[in-house]
Amino acid sequence: MLRLDGADLGYGGAPVLADVRLHVAPGERVALLGRSGSGKSTLLSALHGAAQARGLRVALVPQDAALVPQLSALRNVLMGRLDDHGAWRNLRTLVRPSAPDRAAALADLARVGLTPEADRAVEGLSGGQKQRVALARALHRGGELILGDEPLSAVDPRQSGALAEVLRAAFPTAILALHDVAIARAFATRVIGLRQGRFLFDLPVGDLDATRIEALYG
Amino acid sequence: MARPVRPRLSRSPRLSRPGVVAGFVLLALLCLPLADLAVAGHDPWAALARMGQGFLSPDFSAIEQIARAVALTVAFAVAGVALGGAAGLVLAPFYRLRPVRWLAIALRSVHELFWALLLLQVLGISVWTGVLAIALPYAGIFAKVLSEILDEADPRPGLWLGPRVDPLTRFLWARAPLAVPEMATYALYRLECGLRSSAVLGFVGLPTLGYQLDTFFRQGDYGAAGAVMAIYIALIAGVRVWMRPRLVVLWLGFAGVMLGSVTSPPMAQGALWRFLSSDIVPAPLRQGDPAALLPWLWDLATVAILPGLAATLIVAQLALVLAGAVAFAAQALIVPRVTGRVGAALGHLVLVILRSFPEYMLAYLFLQVWGPSMLPAILALGLHNGAIIGHLLGRQATGLALRPDAPRGLTLWGWELAPRLFAPFVALCLYRWEIIIRESAIMGILGIATLGFYLDDAIGELRMDRAVVILAATGLVTVGIDALSRAIRARLGAGDLQQHAARPGDVPGQASIC
Repeated sequence: MLRLDGADLGYGGAPVLADVRLHVAPGERVALLGRSGSGKSTLLSALHGAAQARGLRVALVPQDAALVPQLSALRNVLMGRLDDHGAWRNLRTLVRPSAPDRAAALADLARVGLTPEADRAVEGLSGGQKQRVALARALHRGGELILGDEPLSAVDPRQSGALAEVLRAAFPTAILALHDVAIARAFATRVIGLRQGRFLFDLPVGDLDATRIEALYG
Repeated sequence: MARPVRPRLSRSPRLSRPGVVAGFVLLALLCLPLADLAVAGHDPWAALARMGQGFLSPDFSAIEQIARAVALTVAFAVAGVALGGAAGLVLAPFYRLRPVRWLAIALRSVHELFWALLLLQVLGISVWTGVLAIALPYAGIFAKVLSEILDEADPRPGLWLGPRVDPLTRFLWARAPLAVPEMATYALYRLECGLRSSAVLGFVGLPTLGYQLDTFFRQGDYGAAGAVMAIYIALIAGVRVWMRPRLVVLWLGFAGVMLGSVTSPPMAQGALWRFLSSDIVPAPLRQGDPAALLPWLWDLATVAILPGLAATLIVAQLALVLAGAVAFAAQALIVPRVTGRVGAALGHLVLVILRSFPEYMLAYLFLQVWGPSMLPAILALGLHNGAIIGHLLGRQATGLALRPDAPRGLTLWGWELAPRLFAPFVALCLYRWEIIIRESAIMGILGIATLGFYLDDAIGELRMDRAVVILAATGLVTVGIDALSRAIRARLGAGDLQQHAARPGDVPGQASIC
């Protein structure tokens, strides 16, 4: 489904990740583990580029959420499907969403537990709530693949397990950078450990043991 | 927000700041013997005393007249800024297209007062003359600034939308909303400028505060003039109190009602068409003698444009150096560590008053005292612009992180503030240079022989063809000085002027500078 063959990834100058070989099959759920600065974001943006080049429908949850703070949570969720419609339809939706659109967006907000905040401007929400808006936008978009850069980092630990479950049910294939090993174990079928721009391991989730975790973060 | 580092101009020799300052001062000294600084009033000090007395004991008995002038000043400003802002908003997304950019540059290179003089010929003393005189140049300014604000908006939401989204949707959903807060702040700042412009338009006959002021002065009624000034300062100083974003609709309605109440003499039918098709066509062409065009231009250049340009440059050069001197002193004046708390408060008061009055109005006041020469214009431009630069520098000085055992008073100024603020000082002076040139040209309408004088003259003689050429020359000079100032600033090295200093209104709570 997605393939990187010996690519050097990075932004000008020395690559952050050198000679990356990665193949992700449909149905796989990959968790990227590693400390900040290990190259997870770089890898994700390369995968995003590859997915777009292949014409896949991707739901993206960037690390910085990339929401429009002045618009309501509901409208930010509706942004997930703007490229399915023409300019006039989108303009109408911006002025006043149609009843079915509103209902669909509200349903996605309900999945992340944000129904009461639907009509509040995003700039007034907490960091965790913003992240959940970004998740609802990805759910609203739907598609074959979700790419997320620490999509659960700011939400309440009690909710993150349930939200990971929601994402698992909504997308057949997923690649998420995660910082919480327990969530990675519960969510993923495959884990990739990154350290200082190198793949430390790439294994089925069942083979992930304490020594490897120690090597990754120690 | 991180912004891309602009590549330095390639291998241009770097200039030293003291060298640039010395060059400007030297040029000013060379201009000094050429400047007409004669005091023409018979007893300026008595006039000054009468005026001062009037301001200290303002006479509010003519309050009804003044109140109407205030209301109309606000109405013209609100309507003009709203119209200019709307037009600028429409142009802003297309600002990178060359025709749009040129249109905007042309619109804003002509001063509000010049626009008013031209529009008076076409529309007469009508409401639209005042509204358009503000709206046209402001549309050009708004187009540029709003396009910059849009460019600076967070690009990430737009990127998230992916490549398949159409441009209109991308703009409306992921660009415009991000820019709205800064646009609103900027519009408020522009409104403050609009209030100044609107007041000044009174001097060419529109029924705003400038007209009232002129009337009272002609009648020698200094007390009433003092009342106009006091109300004007209160109006400008309180703009953030009475103009709230949620009251915009109310103010627009108010402007509509007020402007609707103005009666104006009817203009002959087809005045616009006559103006465009006949009046502004150079006389030799109109008379079917194209060969005479060059001599006509030569005559115009030698009789009007070159003398006017020389006077404009002389006034501007002296005013710039005076502004620099005022700013250099004033930057220390408002820092409590230098002048003490009381001294700083007094300094602020003086600077606020000098900043609140448009250059043109100050020059008008000085003209009453010293009579017509370059002196009132130079003083007005120097004091007003010096107060603005001094205010900006002083605020920066107050915000400097000083070591706990730093000295106080003049020692602090000399050893810490002046050296540290020298780079922004030079940059701000260079930035105001273009504005001073533009305003020097305007001063001609008061009877000082700068470009505006010849323009006013040509319009008075109903020779619109000449007026338009002089206007174009004035615009070109401003654009040229702007380019020169940019080039000098670039060679002084980057980082000496904060990006925002060029657009002071977008710092919340900052007193505005037009």
